Amino acid sequence: MMDTAEMLKAFSRHRGNAIVVPGRGGRHWVEISDKPNRDVPLGDPAMGGHASFAMGLALAQPGEKIVLFDSDGDVQMGMGILATIAEQQPRNFYHFMLDNKCYATTGGQPVPNALKLAYHDMARACGYPRAYAYDNLETFSINVERILNEPGPVFVWLKVRPEIENKPIGSRSQWRKRSQVQVVMDLKKELGIAS
Amino acid sequence: MALKDGASRPPGRTEGPGPYPALRTYAPRAIAPRSNDEDDAAEDHIVSDVQKAALSPETVLAQMKKNGVTHVVWLPDSETNWLFVLMKADPSLTLVGVNREGLAFSAASGIYAGGKTPLILIQNTGLMESGDSMRGWTMQMEVPVVLMVGYRGWTRHGVNKDTAATYTERFLNAFNINYYLVEEDADAERISTAFAEAKKTKRPVAVLVADEYHGFN
Repeated sequence: MMDTAEMLKAFSRHRGNAIVVPGRGGRHWVEISDKPNRDVPLGDPAMGGHASFAMGLALAQPGEKIVLFDSDGDVQMGMGILATIAEQQPRNFYHFMLDNKCYATTGGQPVPNALKLAYHDMARACGYPRAYAYDNLETFSINVERILNEPGPVFVWLKVRPEIENKPIGSRSQWRKRSQVQVVMDLKKELGIAS
Repeated sequence: MALKDGASRPPGRTEGPGPYPALRTYAPRAIAPRSNDEDDAAEDHIVSDVQKAALSPETVLAQMKKNGVTHVVWLPDSETNWLFVLMKADPSLTLVGVNREGLAFSAASGIYAGGKTPLILIQNTGLMESGDSMRGWTMQMEVPVVLMVGYRGWTRHGVNKDTAATYTERFLNAFNINYYLVEEDADAERISTAFAEAKKTKRPVAVLVADEYHGFN
């Protein structure tokens, strides 16, 4: 099992100029990234939608590499999007999924059938041409560059240690430095898109 | 939606004089504004399904193109079946089919973030399923997007037998989403009005596609 922050550091060495939607890895990624205007840290606008958001971004910007760090809880909530992504076949889309087997932000309750799901097999069954699974940092670090050089859509199942929060939402530390609206405005400016 | 003259019939449909079998040809009747004179009051008491079902898919497609739509994020509904045929044939549109309407809002938000113009095309049933996604991915993120919503169960006489219709406008009102009713081609400019309003207010705006043809009413 990997530490999320260490895994993101390993990824960051091969990021290149990719646009990163850090999803549930956002709190770590904002401390690691050196290209904040190419990051889309949104927190949690509504659970289950990160993959469809990132897919939409990939379809709108086919010339940009889009990397998403999704979560098992989000994927289970919006699992149908795997079929849509596979149908659209965005060659610029890299779908990494952090699997901590629980709802960490609500206290660590298990996601349904957490120990038995094979997410990479589900992605393949939905039509992703390439899907991988990693549960240790060394193997992931060796392979991440190759994965990012393959055509998308690619699905990568990453088994990570849960970072469980038990504090009420209102008393948690706020890691997002920009509002969601500001994040999108900054991205558009970076891409030369008129708002 | 009724096809315009000359359009081909869908596979498996062989009955009826036109593209749509057994198309009703009642005279159109304005629904607003209403005057208060006695004649109108008397007419209002007539329970009638008077409508000329004449919102053509070509008209809707023309409105999409006029307003620069690049991606249609959609889940099929019976009110918009013919529109699908036309959209699919149009090289300027990318169709993004989803299998749960809530996913349409997050997908549209991503398309907007990437600088393109999405349209969400769903039924009222799915709209109600999508409440939190609409809130989080479009309202909170200030995404100016038009929702074209098939108004299942809608009737012109105010008596419906479908709870999908009963709660549609109440649902939109609860979220403070403005909406425009479109019944026929003459109403089509309301679609452009919705686009302009969405852009100005940076919010979702709904177009309710009120098509009585399909027998829900």
